[in-house]
Amino acid sequence: MEFRTRDGVAKVLNGVSYHVSAGETLAVLGESGSGKSVTAQTIMGILDTPPGFITNGSIKFRGEDLLTQSAEERRQVRGEGIAMIFQDALSALNPVFTIGFQIEEQLKVRRGMSKVDARKRAVELLDQVKIPNAKGRVSDYPHQFSGGMRQRAMIAMSLALDPELLIADEPTTALDVTVQAQIMDLLAEIQKERDMGMILITHDLGVVADVADRISVMYAGRIVEHADVYELFRAPGHPYTESLLESLPRVDLRGQELKTIKGLPPSLTNIPPGCPFNPRCPRVFDRCSTEVPVVHNLGMGRTSRCHIAEEVVARG
Amino acid sequence: MGRYVLRRLLQLIPVFLGTTFLIYALVWAIPQDPFAGKCGQRPCDPAYIAEMSQKLNLNDPLVIQYFKYLGNLLVGDFGTTFNGVSVGEQIATSWPITLKMGIIALIIEAVIGIVAGVLTGLRKQGFLDNLVLVSTLFLISLPVFVTGFVLRLYLGPQGFDLMDTSVSSDPTFGELILPGFVLGSLSMAYVARLTRSSIVENRRADYVRTAIAKGQPQSRVVGIHLLRNSLIPVITFLGTDLGSLMGGAIVTEGVFNINGIGGLIFRGIQEKEGIMVTGIVTLLVLVYLLMSLIVDLLYAVLDPRIRYE
Repeated sequence: MEFRTRDGVAKVLNGVSYHVSAGETLAVLGESGSGKSVTAQTIMGILDTPPGFITNGSIKFRGEDLLTQSAEERRQVRGEGIAMIFQDALSALNPVFTIGFQIEEQLKVRRGMSKVDARKRAVELLDQVKIPNAKGRVSDYPHQFSGGMRQRAMIAMSLALDPELLIADEPTTALDVTVQAQIMDLLAEIQKERDMGMILITHDLGVVADVADRISVMYAGRIVEHADVYELFRAPGHPYTESLLESLPRVDLRGQELKTIKGLPPSLTNIPPGCPFNPRCPRVFDRCSTEVPVVHNLGMGRTSRCHIAEEVVARG
Repeated sequence: MGRYVLRRLLQLIPVFLGTTFLIYALVWAIPQDPFAGKCGQRPCDPAYIAEMSQKLNLNDPLVIQYFKYLGNLLVGDFGTTFNGVSVGEQIATSWPITLKMGIIALIIEAVIGIVAGVLTGLRKQGFLDNLVLVSTLFLISLPVFVTGFVLRLYLGPQGFDLMDTSVSSDPTFGELILPGFVLGSLSMAYVARLTRSSIVENRRADYVRTAIAKGQPQSRVVGIHLLRNSLIPVITFLGTDLGSLMGGAIVTEGVFNINGIGGLIFRGIQEKEGIMVTGIVTLLVLVYLLMSLIVDLLYAVLDPRIRYE
């Protein structure tokens, strides 16, 4: 996947590969600009072309490659097979239509439901995402909802067609902390109930630890590490993950200065040669700036793109 | 909402009084003998002057004159001109013609303008986009009388003879299409540009992306989600434009020899028939005020985020 821009071609995604099964949550973790949202939009097929171009690769859903499907077939998958919720529910919901309209629209247009049935189902869905007095609030406009309620309504809307996979693109970033926890709990609960696969895109390690089964860590458009959530927290297999974990505030290290990762993530039009993380890596050595690390298999489904992956894991 | 409407309606009163007084003063307070040239080459008969002065309250101070005029207006009496023609009757015959033409102009500018704006907004920098940009620039920079004369000449019998460009004294809708197009041409260009920029601004909006991610068909993504939001400024423009179309009809009516309000007001000014001018302008002010009230109320309907206390 690349973006063709005036500043040159940005290789936004490069060798990104992951899979999600029913009932499983995969967290895609990364800094801003690491390509995690673009991955999600590529899967959904809602990327703007231009500037976005998919040069090669495949996205398999139920065994079929979405990239070889016609535009109409892909549209049918959206909402029905794969649904998505966005970061900022206020701007993601249409301001001039009621919440009810926006949910019912899915049921009416995609399922051919009658007006009355669609309204009934919309209220049920709002009830499921725990919106109090759903019946009374279904005809409210998005701006009449609070931030958390809007995200709940957004979730209800995404569930309207019973998708098998839900992509949540930073669903709690725009919310305050207490509401964040509620929304994450709700997502986890719904996912369990429906045995639905979920891709959770986030930059928040704390969120990941609670909900995810597996984690893919992205850096500069690549997956640098992939691991089971417990394994990753126990012993990170890539210096980048290691640095991320070290920069988490911890209760037992009270009074010490918080560690940060020095430097900035690279511009995607100008990715450094060798390992893209080498300018910021605390474990950097000469091979890092010349040779792109291959994927190291660390067993139990763990992978890492680091020359010294085995060493990093062992030390953790 | 109810209280807001009431307050707005009450606000109409001082605005109406202010504007009409201004017009009345401008027309009647001119330091000139209102009877000059009214009786051919000779000076007017003193008896006639006395009678008309009495009728038009010319011997009263201006403010008293104005309130007497207003009192007559309230009972539907627009007064009579110097040669005894009833202004009310004149307006009654020409008003429907101008209104018809204004509505035709409004429909033409809305339909063509919005369609052109949507098509070019969705597909920037194509042939169509350039065509619309250049042609609207052309329409905006040309004075209406040029557009009018050129179209009349080239489409009419002396030109390519594509249609009958003459307009009868009691015109049908069909006869008024070309004048309506000319009248609305300037606004049509504005509507096209306004729609285009509004579509361009909104088509990358998050809610549009959501509608696509929901798997809604393209026709609904554009026709329902994008258009509904993009048309808010366009519809408010169209609303206020009906008022300006009525006033702007003077030139178009002149070009096509239409007996509308525009012609009436033009003759009124030429023949110094003050009572005619004040009557018509008062009516135009009223239309304008009502249209802007309707537009303000429409705002709340179009955009639910706007609420009137």
